[in-house]
Amino acid sequence: MGKIKQFFGRRSSWSIPYLIFMLVFIVLPLVLVVFYAFRDPQGNFTFENVRTFINERESVNTLLYSIGIALITTIICILLGYPAAYILSNSKFNSSSVMVALFLIPMFINALMRTLATVALFGFLKVPLGQATLIFGMVYNYLPFMILPIYTVLQKLDKSYIEAAQDLGADNRTVFAKVTLPLSMPGVVSGIMMVFMPTISTFAIAELLTMNNIKLFGTIIQENINNGMWNYGALLSLIMLILIVVTNLFNDDKEESVAGGLV
Amino acid sequence: MKRFFAKAYIWILLVMLYAPMIIIGVFSFTEAKVLGNWTGFSTGLYRSLFTNGAHEALMSAALNTLIIGLVAATVATFLGTVSAIGIFNLRNKRFKAAMNTLNNVPILNADIITGVSLFLLFVSMGVTQGYVTLTLCHITFCTPYVVLSVMPRLKQMNPNTFEAALDLGATPSQALWKVIIPQIRSGMVSGFLLSFILSVDDFEVSVFNVGTNGLQTLSTYIYADSRKGGLTPELRPMITIMFAVILAVLIFMNLRAKKTNQSNSLK
Repeated sequence: MGKIKQFFGRRSSWSIPYLIFMLVFIVLPLVLVVFYAFRDPQGNFTFENVRTFINERESVNTLLYSIGIALITTIICILLGYPAAYILSNSKFNSSSVMVALFLIPMFINALMRTLATVALFGFLKVPLGQATLIFGMVYNYLPFMILPIYTVLQKLDKSYIEAAQDLGADNRTVFAKVTLPLSMPGVVSGIMMVFMPTISTFAIAELLTMNNIKLFGTIIQENINNGMWNYGALLSLIMLILIVVTNLFNDDKEESVAGGLV
Repeated sequence: MKRFFAKAYIWILLVMLYAPMIIIGVFSFTEAKVLGNWTGFSTGLYRSLFTNGAHEALMSAALNTLIIGLVAATVATFLGTVSAIGIFNLRNKRFKAAMNTLNNVPILNADIITGVSLFLLFVSMGVTQGYVTLTLCHITFCTPYVVLSVMPRLKQMNPNTFEAALDLGATPSQALWKVIIPQIRSGMVSGFLLSFILSVDDFEVSVFNVGTNGLQTLSTYIYADSRKGGLTPELRPMITIMFAVILAVLIFMNLRAKKTNQSNSLK
């Protein structure tokens, strides 16, 4: 009894329950994704799911199409979001933190509700649903996620670099191209991470925005799981997981959480 | 001139971002079945939403969302705070790094993968999915955010105060309650509010884990409803209310953050 008391008296042992919790609810489930991906419905080891994925062009095509849509969405988000982040972080144009908060608040509204609202807006304006509305809706949904990381980086940027460049004779355009832009790249990379991956993997959003006419990769994962084809669904999830791991290797700024700016 | 264009750009973006929500809000005050038809101002939809029994499924989904959000946020705050203190005091660098990496997995992972993987966990264990398992799922993706909001407070703390309390005769638990907790409380509150919002907003994890016993959260209800074609008109006041509540929570959080910033700078 005394030993147990001593063990929990050490504050470092307080991490043990969470370690067990994470092993059960984070590690084990991911291991199961890999496990199910290489099983047939009877539970035997098989590469059949991989073969289906490669031979049936449908899944591969959906994946490529999703990556295309995600690329377009990400580029539009950068083009619209960078100037916004720049203006918000520049004391010449904006000194109010309320404006910043206004841009971030939509992140905390249920994506499904935001999407339904967007669909309602398209209906109200009599715009037919299709690929264009899909991209528009995605940009709507993910723009704040692009603005936040760029804004955070720009705000932390040491202004003396800019002054130094000006002192050395650079004009405004050169200062931006040679100093501000390169120094803000980490924010852009984080933004890409937060827009690109979710665009590929969301399912309900694409479904609602196109009346289920266009399928993204997330949609076919969900369809397979819902129709009881767990093994194939697990394989598709595994492919998605590998994509996430690979893109995360490019981004080492892990401490910055989504809500970092708001909380 | 430049300033004018900058301001104009920001406002146009804001109007675009909020337009859908404003439209829902405006049309929650008219009774037309189809959104976009204005049949005169009326609070009929709000009344019908709160009429007993009229929209039982919708109201019970909203209640489930609220209960799961509160329970998940409470448990996540407790678990996350205890774990953050534990992780912070780990001496082994590698173990500490491993714990932090594991903690980041649900944050970096796509929601759909978190949902599918937890679904496979429960299915392979033969556990029937329902209230308990869904709450466990929500605790899983909320706790990491609590750990991340408590950790910076621990780092700011003077590590000697705890030892000083012990030297002055406090028991470890007294030192915890009187010394550590007061200093990390703001991080715990942020973690709790954030967890609550994340839980209420969640769709992609919930939809795989509500099970087959008819349990619905607000998001899964809306999804099922929109699939049937034609949204229940009462969803418009419901979405408006939720939007207002989340807006209120966020404004409260921001004001609180400002206050603590000010008091910190005063010190």
